[in-house]
Amino acid sequence: MSASPYEPSPLHAFAEWLDGQAWSTALHESLWVYPLVESTHVLTVMLFVGMLAMVDLRMLGFAFRQTPVSELTSRLLPWSVAGFVIMVTTGLLLFYAIPVRTAHSVWFRFKAMLLIAAAVNAWWFHRRVSRDRERWDGQPQPPLGVRIAAALSMGLWAGVIVAGRMIAYNWFDCERPQSAFVAWAAGCAAELPP
Amino acid sequence: MTWCEAFGWFETYDRLEQTAIGNAIRESLWLFPAIEAVHLLGLAVLGGSVLVVDLRLLGAGLTRLSNAAVLANARPWFLGSLALMLATGVPLFLSEAVKCCFNDSFEVKIATLVLAVVFTFAVRNRVAARGDAPAWLAKIAGGLSLAAWFTVAAAGRWIGFSG
Repeated sequence: MSASPYEPSPLHAFAEWLDGQAWSTALHESLWVYPLVESTHVLTVMLFVGMLAMVDLRMLGFAFRQTPVSELTSRLLPWSVAGFVIMVTTGLLLFYAIPVRTAHSVWFRFKAMLLIAAAVNAWWFHRRVSRDRERWDGQPQPPLGVRIAAALSMGLWAGVIVAGRMIAYNWFDCERPQSAFVAWAAGCAAELPP
Repeated sequence: MTWCEAFGWFETYDRLEQTAIGNAIRESLWLFPAIEAVHLLGLAVLGGSVLVVDLRLLGAGLTRLSNAAVLANARPWFLGSLALMLATGVPLFLSEAVKCCFNDSFEVKIATLVLAVVFTFAVRNRVAARGDAPAWLAKIAGGLSLAAWFTVAAAGRWIGFSG
């Protein structure tokens, strides 16, 4: 007795399971709801990344230099968090609508890695903030470590936006002939069993 | 029917599409997505720089700062991101001008963009810069600005779904 030669990855099996649901198909094929969810996802970038960018620019010393950093974080980050909640909700719906292709999109996978990196950066920064914020809260230009974290935040979220936009393009889809690297990075073997 | 059709601008749009920039973007596999991605990065910063001022005018966000102080800090980022959006938006238009001739969303976007820019500089920024603007006036200016810029962005996204 030998095992089946084809073992789909857990991610692929999960995506296939989602794909089999009637609501997933209905959302994907909806004339209005899918574009509305997609547009909400894109436009909320103004609220989520836009507000975050104002905070990051303050920490870089590029804007609101005369205002304490804590003033921006306490008054603007709640708006950014509200945007993030909308982003995650609409993002999950978009994944739910097109699960198999998205799970095997190299851009989606790259975006997921950038999201994790952005989360780690935010966590690392908050540890640093709680340690000595009083010391630099009012400084027009905060210390180098704070500025690096803010620059990383802006860079990583910019990367998330670009990678997210690229998911729509089919250059690296498994249905098309791909290099060994792309086939591996996209997990094409699981999507297209022999 | 679009204005482009009604006023017979098709020839002009067609010529714009045949420009060197339009041709180069159309013939490239990655140029359009790349410019589009930068356009989207500009949207994020533009959104932030507009929101922070409009929220303040509406009485939210950075309420410990004056309207004028929030405007002064956001203004360079608004101007910079607006310039970036125009610098990327014009080439995107040139690459598919003919499609835009028949696209309602494109015309809604351009019309509201002109309105939003004029309103921002002629009314909203003046209200924000004034130290003595009554709260109701600030709220109207902030609300209208928010609505105008949101419409520009939403109609812009819809260009890809319509026509």
